[in-house]
Amino acid sequence: MKIVVCIKQVPDTHGGVKFNPDGTLDRGAMLAIINPDDKAGLEAALRLKDEYGAEVTVLTMGLPKADDVLREAMAMGADKSILVTDRVLGGADTWATSTTLAGAIRNLEYDLIITGRQAIDGDTAQVGPQISEHLNIPVISYAQDIKMDGDSVIVQRQFDDCYHVLRAKMPCLITALSELNVPRYMTPGGIFDAYDTEVTVWGRADLKDVDDANLGLKGSPTKIAKASDKVRNAKGDIQKLDTAGAVTYLMEKLTEKHII
Amino acid sequence: MALEEYRGVYIFAQQTNNKLDNIAFELLGKAKDLATALNTDVTAVLMGFGIKDLADELAAYGADRVIVVDDSHLKEYRTEPYVHALTGIINRFKPEIVLVGATSIGRDLGPCVSARVSTGLTADCTKLEIGDFPLNPVEGKEQKHNQLLMTRPAFGGNTIATIACPDNRPQMATVRPGVMQAIARIDGAKAVIEEFNPEFIPNHKYVDILDIIKSANDTTDIQQAKILVSGGRGVGSAENFRMLRDLADALGGEVSCSRAVVDSGWMPKDLQVGQTGKTVRPQVYFAIGISGAIQHTAGMEESDIIIAINKDETAPIFEVATYGIVGDLNKIVPELTKHIVWAHGETATSHKKTAFQK
Repeated sequence: MKIVVCIKQVPDTHGGVKFNPDGTLDRGAMLAIINPDDKAGLEAALRLKDEYGAEVTVLTMGLPKADDVLREAMAMGADKSILVTDRVLGGADTWATSTTLAGAIRNLEYDLIITGRQAIDGDTAQVGPQISEHLNIPVISYAQDIKMDGDSVIVQRQFDDCYHVLRAKMPCLITALSELNVPRYMTPGGIFDAYDTEVTVWGRADLKDVDDANLGLKGSPTKIAKASDKVRNAKGDIQKLDTAGAVTYLMEKLTEKHII
Repeated sequence: MALEEYRGVYIFAQQTNNKLDNIAFELLGKAKDLATALNTDVTAVLMGFGIKDLADELAAYGADRVIVVDDSHLKEYRTEPYVHALTGIINRFKPEIVLVGATSIGRDLGPCVSARVSTGLTADCTKLEIGDFPLNPVEGKEQKHNQLLMTRPAFGGNTIATIACPDNRPQMATVRPGVMQAIARIDGAKAVIEEFNPEFIPNHKYVDILDIIKSANDTTDIQQAKILVSGGRGVGSAENFRMLRDLADALGGEVSCSRAVVDSGWMPKDLQVGQTGKTVRPQVYFAIGISGAIQHTAGMEESDIIIAINKDETAPIFEVATYGIVGDLNKIVPELTKHIVWAHGETATSHKKTAFQK
């Protein structure tokens, strides 16, 4: 079985968002990590590999430095890695990104494609389902459990108040939730090997069956009219009080605001 | 494609188990504003099996027209038949704008439909308006009028972007639940009802539903609560949530929680607030033992009043709190509850003596 896992390098926001004095986001101060949902997708692929045997290829699109997250994925146990990078691909929205990734995947053999549900920087959750459309294969999004059954996958798909157990014929695409699992650590041997292994680098010319008109900023139907870091509200009233003082203070505020 | 051929504001009227979801009414409310600005009308797209009766309800909340696709293939939500049906409607009727809820259904349906009809989709919008693109005239570039301007938070709510889709139609957005306002119900309102058959031909993309498992608990809709008492990891255990429940009961509110609490198995997923949970904007939000990672604050920072109780004075929750107490929640919460009950007791005694007698 061949599994392709799409991952994205994102700034780490977990518990450690840094702000500039003016209240805007200090992106430079944040580490670049594998997007958490994508890492869960990779872990899911590695578990399928452990259980059923599979070749796992990780694929990313990004700047040349995105090489780092591919090496991390290799150190966790992925077999091959591909970086799609090209100036003409920059500024892509989800449509152009999914077009690009689909163009790369068309060069590969695959039974299963796994993406994270959404990236913590863009939060769109669109690229996975859109790749499936470009490749004309079934998609199951919001996967919280994945099992194999012959030529099919059986997936628990999360909804707001229930989950569905779904069966899809492979090849298909699954988007993974970070709740799916706890990703493994890199192994020392894995880290050593990962830095010894070649990352395959592809550019525009390596994408299969894609039109220039659908790539990069120019190929993106959505255009940014305005973007700004949200300036946080002024800090509220913070008090350090003992229990009695805290209760008196809160009762005062709740009464003042007609809540009680 | 000629962009001016595309007319009308369409919404996907999501239903589950043949009951319309709130998001359908919220989308209708916003669609009505947009349609007024564009001098056009509002169409609700209703899909499912045995759901025709719901059309009047959509009319009561502002739909001028309802396109109904009623077919056994649509009994439960499955990506392919729903994408096929909505794509069919877009290709046949050519709407200018299509709004879909940013629910777990809509965020699956939306991307697939947008890819299939080759247009842009803006995810999880919190504001929609009609305006110019570019916002200000740029020399040598055509400024287009009457564009859908879609505003959305990204980066867990720390950045805000306004996005347009100037060269493709329809302009599509998924819209965050709990943000747009439904109009007041108009009893007896009627819409033009049109049935549409997109002809379902099952193919390899139709997945099989083997089982549907409901979450065991009775679900409370935390998005509808006026007061939320929300707990985080700092609450310490599932048992300790009893304190929060008591406080919520005293205030006539509901209990919600952070992701850490769901991950620890203390509370069910449908009570989770935040980026991977629900967005809430109650009148009062108590954040108790919640550190306040942006993934959490993204889901609650629009609350009118935020009251945070946390023993760690450096907790980021204090950055968004209206009132913050650095202190021991285990002592403060039960004591506060007691005082609120007393305060209510006094009012109850003066007005209605029996209300608090047990």
